Amino acid sequence: MAKQKTPALQIETYATHHVITQPNPLRKVLRRAGEKDTDDDPVARAEKALAGLSGEFRDWMEKETKRLLSAHAAVVEKGFTNETREELFRAAHDIKGDAVTFGYPQAAATAESLCRLIEHAPDLRKVPPDLIEHHVNAIQAIVHENTKLDTISVSSELSRRLRKVADEYLARVNRDRPDHLEAILAPSIVPAD
Amino acid sequence: MVNAGIPLDPGVMYRIDFNKLRFLVCDDNPHMRRILRTLLHSFGAREVYEAEDGATALEMYSHYVPDIVITDWAMPIFDGLELAQMIRQPESKGNPFAPIIMLTGHTEKRRVTVARDAGVTEFLAKPISAKGLYQRILNVVANPRPFIKTKTYFGPDRRRNTNNAYMGPERRVGEKAEVLQQPSLLDKARSAI
Repeated sequence: MAKQKTPALQIETYATHHVITQPNPLRKVLRRAGEKDTDDDPVARAEKALAGLSGEFRDWMEKETKRLLSAHAAVVEKGFTNETREELFRAAHDIKGDAVTFGYPQAAATAESLCRLIEHAPDLRKVPPDLIEHHVNAIQAIVHENTKLDTISVSSELSRRLRKVADEYLARVNRDRPDHLEAILAPSIVPAD
Repeated sequence: MVNAGIPLDPGVMYRIDFNKLRFLVCDDNPHMRRILRTLLHSFGAREVYEAEDGATALEMYSHYVPDIVITDWAMPIFDGLELAQMIRQPESKGNPFAPIIMLTGHTEKRRVTVARDAGVTEFLAKPISAKGLYQRILNVVANPRPFIKTKTYFGPDRRRNTNNAYMGPERRVGEKAEVLQQPSLLDKARSAI
């Protein structure tokens, strides 16, 4: 597909913009569904393959958690610099994005709360260190205790309370920063599917 | 880009031949790259190239000329947003029209708007799902949008819905019809899944 010639462009010019069209270069990869397709569901096939990877998820989650602990240790040791802030954010952000897939939704929720703190606190040096540490420790505890059914409700409650405390803090320190306040209070607009 | 070439039959269901598509996946997290690779191969893709940062991805983009780019946002060196901006250079020697799917843990409205303004074609929020990824790919293959070039923007039409009654300050002006009509193929293709 990729070595095709670029199809001819058609450009229409307006007062403030151009509209550029060309024949759909990916049109050739669409084919009529045939009888053999009725029993073949590519999404189901992919979900099955993803389930096949699930044996590795615990190990991956532990690696992500170690990375977060290491990033937090660097913050404790050196304070918030551009570098330590960035690494702590990246580690938390990766857990936010990956942990649900790995089977740790409460870790993802707690990591999201930590990301919001890092992103929206006007001065990270003034954020109570305990608040950040509690998030990191909670993620570690959730990951370690994930297989114990009786801890799931505790994890959920822990995550919910941390988010509440973090949100109250962010709302207070951003009361004069309407753009941040709006971002903090706004729900996600991206559909999951 | 509009389906101005061979028209698709409106009464027919379509499937994607993934083995004819070349993908470039850019994510600094090795676990997420593994998941993406697994999903794409399960869909039937054979050519999946991987980069762990924006700079490497840009090099690979020029070298392998992928049909579709799937990129994370937060990455070292330069991020997914900058990658999209560099690909969407109308005067560049490379292909500035390739669909870009941004797969990210960022789900705030402001972020989605920024990604859209950088020329991102589709936005997919983590946690990733086989269904969500398939639908985004289907969308860029079966339902491409025309490109718009203004003084400050080059990329897919940011308006997915036409509102002729809109008279706000950002209304495009011109004497001709302002949005080209394109056949809607997505629903038919979706029904083939």
